Amino acid sequence: MSVPADLRYTQEHEWVSVEGTSVSVGITEYAAQQLGDVVYVSLPAVGATVTAGEPCGEVESVKSVSDLYSPVDGEVIEVNAELEGDPSLVNAEPYVSGWMFRVRVAEDGNGDPALPADLLSAAEYDELTKSAG
Amino acid sequence: MTSSVERPRQTPLHAVHERLGATMTSFAGWQMPLRYTSETAEHLAVRRAAGLFDLSHMGEIMVTGPGAGPALDYALVGHMSALVPGRARYTMICAPDGGVLDDLVVYRPSEQEFMVVANASNTETVYRLLVERAASVAADAEVEDATGNYALIAIQGPVAAGILGPLTEIDLSALKYYTGAFGDVAGRLSWVARTGYTGEDGFEVFCMPEDAAWIWEALFTAGGPAGLVPAGLAARDTLRLEAGMPLYGNELGPDVTPFEAGLGRVVKFDKPGDFVGREALAARAAEGPRAVLAGLTMESRRIPRHGYPVLAGGSGARVGTVTSGAPSPTLGVPIAMAYLEPGADRPGLAVDIRGQAAPADLTDLPFYRRSK
Repeated sequence: MSVPADLRYTQEHEWVSVEGTSVSVGITEYAAQQLGDVVYVSLPAVGATVTAGEPCGEVESVKSVSDLYSPVDGEVIEVNAELEGDPSLVNAEPYVSGWMFRVRVAEDGNGDPALPADLLSAAEYDELTKSAG
Repeated sequence: MTSSVERPRQTPLHAVHERLGATMTSFAGWQMPLRYTSETAEHLAVRRAAGLFDLSHMGEIMVTGPGAGPALDYALVGHMSALVPGRARYTMICAPDGGVLDDLVVYRPSEQEFMVVANASNTETVYRLLVERAASVAADAEVEDATGNYALIAIQGPVAAGILGPLTEIDLSALKYYTGAFGDVAGRLSWVARTGYTGEDGFEVFCMPEDAAWIWEALFTAGGPAGLVPAGLAARDTLRLEAGMPLYGNELGPDVTPFEAGLGRVVKFDKPGDFVGREALAARAAEGPRAVLAGLTMESRRIPRHGYPVLAGGSGARVGTVTSGAPSPTLGVPIAMAYLEPGADRPGLAVDIRGQAAPADLTDLPFYRRSK
C-alpha cells in the first residue's frame, strides 16, 4: 500500500499536500481500495468555505457512499474537474490525477500555513491502516 | 442463529483467494472474496467472457429417501416430487403466513435424492424447518446439512461452456438450462448444473472440498486466454441486479410473499396435499400483492441504495422503498429495484438520495437480458 512520505494524512483517510498556503486534498490508496470502484465524486464548490473535520462532499463507490471531509480550514480555490468525467482516477492514481480539491488556508503568526495540529505523518498513517487490518 | 462473535468460516478456496490478493469480506458467517481487482471489470468480464466464483458459502441440504419428494412438497411452495431426476427448480420456503424464509434452488440428482441449495445466511433455518416439516408429515425421508461436504465453484459467462467443455466428460451440449449431471471435472467427480445468478449462460460445479483448489486452477488456467477472471461477491451482486434476480434480505424476506416479488408462479397450488403457507398464499393470490417490485433507472449519477425512499411525482409523497441499487456497468447509469405501493408504478418517480429527490424512470425488469 502506497503512503507517500511527503504528504500528511487524516484519520478519515484523506491526504494533504501543502505548497505555501495552497493545500491539495485527496483520499488515500488505502481508502480507495476499501471503497472499491469509485463511480461518482461530489466536490465542494469553488469559493466555498470548508472546515477541518466537517463533510464537504461525497465519494460514491459501487458498494457504498462515504462523506468526504475537509482536512483543513479555508476557501476552496480549485476542484478536480476531471473526476466528473472519470471518477475511476481516484482508484487508478489516488495521489496524482485522483486529487480532489485545493484549499487556500490562512497563515499562522510565523507566516507558515495554518494547519490542524492532528494531521498525521506518513509513518503515523501507515501505522493506522495496519492496525485497522 | 449465527452468532456475530463466531469466527467467520473459511471456504476450501481461502488460500487461493489470498494468493490472488482478493479483498475479503465477512458475509453470512463466512470470509468471502468481495473483489479481486475492480468489481466493475469483473462484472464486465462475466458479460463479455467469463467469471469464476467461489460460492462455497451456499448451503447444501440433502433430503433423501422414498418420502423425500412428498416431504419437500409439504415444506416448500413448489411441486418437488414432480421434478424429473437430473433437473433443477427455483423455489421458496415460506412461513405459515406466506412470508418468504428463503429462496432456493432444488436439484434432484436421482429419484430419492434432492439437494436443496440455500442462502448462506439462511442455511441453518432452512435445515431446521426441513427437519421439522418432514417430521410433521411423517415422511420417510432423511434431512442432512451437507454444506461442509461441498465446495461450489461457478463459471459464468458467454465463453463458460467453451472453457468447461474440454475439462469435463459431461456433454455440455446436452446439459440444458436448469439441469445437472454427475461427471468428472479436471478428473474430479462433481455435480455440474447449468444454473447461475448472473443472467449469463454458465455452470455451477459442486465438488468435494479437497478437490476445489484443483478444479479452480484447471478452470482458471484454461479460461485465462479466453478472458476468464476470478469474480467476487460485489460483481455477483451487480450482475444479479442487472438480471432482475431477487436477493434474500433485499427483495425477499419474511414480510413479503412470492407475489410481491413478482414470483407468484413458483407457488404451485395444484400440487397434491397441503403445504406450509398454502392458505395465506391463496388469500394473497386472490387479493393481489400488497406491493409491486419495480425497476428504476436513474437520470443522475448518484446511486439509490437499499432503504432509500421512493417518492411519487408531483406530490412527493413516499410511495415505496429501494431494495437494491448500484451503478450498472452494462447500462452505464445507476439502477435499482424498489417495492412500490400498488398503483404507484407510474412515471415521474424520484428517489430520495440523502435528502435530494433524484428523478427515476420506471424500467421493465430485467434491466439486462443476454442475447441467445
